[in-house]
Amino acid sequence: MEKHHYTQEINITDALMARINELVSHYPADKKKSALLPVLHEVQDAHDNWLSIELQNKVAEILELKPIEVYEVVTFYTMFNQRPVGKYMLEFCQTSPCCQRGVEDLMDYTCQKLNVGIAQPTTDGLFEVRGVECLGACGYAPMLQLGDYYHEHLTKEKIDQLIDDCKAGNITFYDK
Amino acid sequence: MGRKILLDKINVPGIKSYEVYRREGGYASVEKALKMTPEAIIEEVKASGLRGRGGAGFPVGMKWSFIDKKSGKPRHLVCNADESEPGTFKDRYLMEYIPHLLIEGMITSSIALEANLSYIYIRGEYMWVYKILERAIQEAYAAGWLGKNIQGSGFDLDLYVHCGAGAYICGEETALIESLEGKRGNPRLKPPFPAISGLWANPTVVNNVESIAAVPWIINNSGADYAAIGIGRSTGTKLISASGNIKKPGVYEIELGISVEEFINSDEYCGGMETDRPLKALVPGGSSVPILPAHLIYKTANGDDRLMTYESLSDGGFATGSMLGSGGFIVYDDRACIVRNTWNFARFYHHESCGQCTPCREGTGWLEKVLWRIENGEGREEDIELLWSIQSKIEGNTICPLGDAASWPVAAAIRHFREEFEYHVRFPEKIKNRDHFTHEPFHKVRHLVAPQTV
Repeated sequence: MEKHHYTQEINITDALMARINELVSHYPADKKKSALLPVLHEVQDAHDNWLSIELQNKVAEILELKPIEVYEVVTFYTMFNQRPVGKYMLEFCQTSPCCQRGVEDLMDYTCQKLNVGIAQPTTDGLFEVRGVECLGACGYAPMLQLGDYYHEHLTKEKIDQLIDDCKAGNITFYDK
Repeated sequence: MGRKILLDKINVPGIKSYEVYRREGGYASVEKALKMTPEAIIEEVKASGLRGRGGAGFPVGMKWSFIDKKSGKPRHLVCNADESEPGTFKDRYLMEYIPHLLIEGMITSSIALEANLSYIYIRGEYMWVYKILERAIQEAYAAGWLGKNIQGSGFDLDLYVHCGAGAYICGEETALIESLEGKRGNPRLKPPFPAISGLWANPTVVNNVESIAAVPWIINNSGADYAAIGIGRSTGTKLISASGNIKKPGVYEIELGISVEEFINSDEYCGGMETDRPLKALVPGGSSVPILPAHLIYKTANGDDRLMTYESLSDGGFATGSMLGSGGFIVYDDRACIVRNTWNFARFYHHESCGQCTPCREGTGWLEKVLWRIENGEGREEDIELLWSIQSKIEGNTICPLGDAASWPVAAAIRHFREEFEYHVRFPEKIKNRDHFTHEPFHKVRHLVAPQTV
């Protein structure tokens, strides 16, 4: 696969910095590194849900880490994105209990509706469909995650509604 | 109605808030524990027979008694809320709807362990639950249950929530500790065990959400009262996450010892099968435990009733039994394709393998690929032996149990559903669609592969 270098505007606002400092305060003073995962989540949420190399370097600087300590974590955990992603990322759980309840058909339906493949943002950058592993909502299957929230007991009608709501900007997806 | 310990108050309006939780008798166990010696609390938990609810079933009181208090190093209690075993969603339910129960359990347990800095490690996907817990912790600080000199006792405790970022492996306790230290979730070699050298090399106990949430009841009542519920070494109540083809999927609290048949069919629990299609298979304890075929679900191989206990579910060993595990109870009707399901689990383990140990990193990939080709009509007769050989070489040869967890479902599927694998290999044209058993369930085509008898 061709390797792109994506760039992004870095903006560590005062509010974000205050939140980072709060997170760092949850660990002993000499264990700043422990705050890395929560801090990456906050920073990613404030930067269109992805982390460029430059942004990762910035996090390393803030937490006084070597850049590699940040890179190796970002590449290990699936929730950190290393390229621009669709604004509304529809992450379908595709593990067994959800498959028992028909998630594969719903993923096909959604991809056709948006005219995209899996993990391929729409051309307007608005949507992206992904298949992810068990999200811990097996009893409420089929389901997907959008931002901080779960959408459960999905049907085609609910997906239509969700996509309409996203297009109208009529949806909360971060719990801040 | 079975007795409820964890979910007793779940339907009280407003129980999420501190005021209501406190009014309903919340935090009483902390008041009581502050007047007890740490040893007495541990003894009470030991007497309860409470076993780790994350899957391994190790006695909680015993685990606590291993923590190193002699070295004088700071001690930590870490709650494992990384719940990611496919089929399991009980911890989320507890944390979302009655968050203060977990916080009360964390405080009472920290008193027993004499830990002054404790964490709840929650999976990153449960972000809204993370926020619920953060708010609940703030309420507990404001009411004087956390911080310096709790309720004038002289005991200090700080409690924080820490979020992961999407890695099943971080549910393994040493990987969880690594992740809490801001690193990749690679499990550590043991010994030393976390009780001696855990978080930041300090003595640490890692317990599942449900285990910790059971502690307040045990302290408020007694270990003996808890042990009076259940059968034999399966004491108390257990949350079961029921999913799959049943009428009422959801989280249920059961007294350990009810029968599997009652759990599936009674209206109090799963309410029977989703449609009139017959039961085909059951995964009773989360994706990593062996799958059971229909004839071994309600009865053990000896013909005894199969009960919802650690012992009964594992009766017969892996040959004819399974495990209670984390209580991720997945029910399959005859539309389910066991090969596809096994491939699905294998894909999961391949995706989630941390890559540290070769047998697991490579083996899980092989399992996934071989299963995929069988499921897609490109399998070969010898692939079934190949799968068996791969899984047997992963099991027991890795640092952490993820390798075993990846092997067991494959082994059990071949053990109990071998004919279905053979059918896939021999009749590729019949399995082209992923819903191939919806119209023609396997029992209608089994004769095509069944051994001919004279």
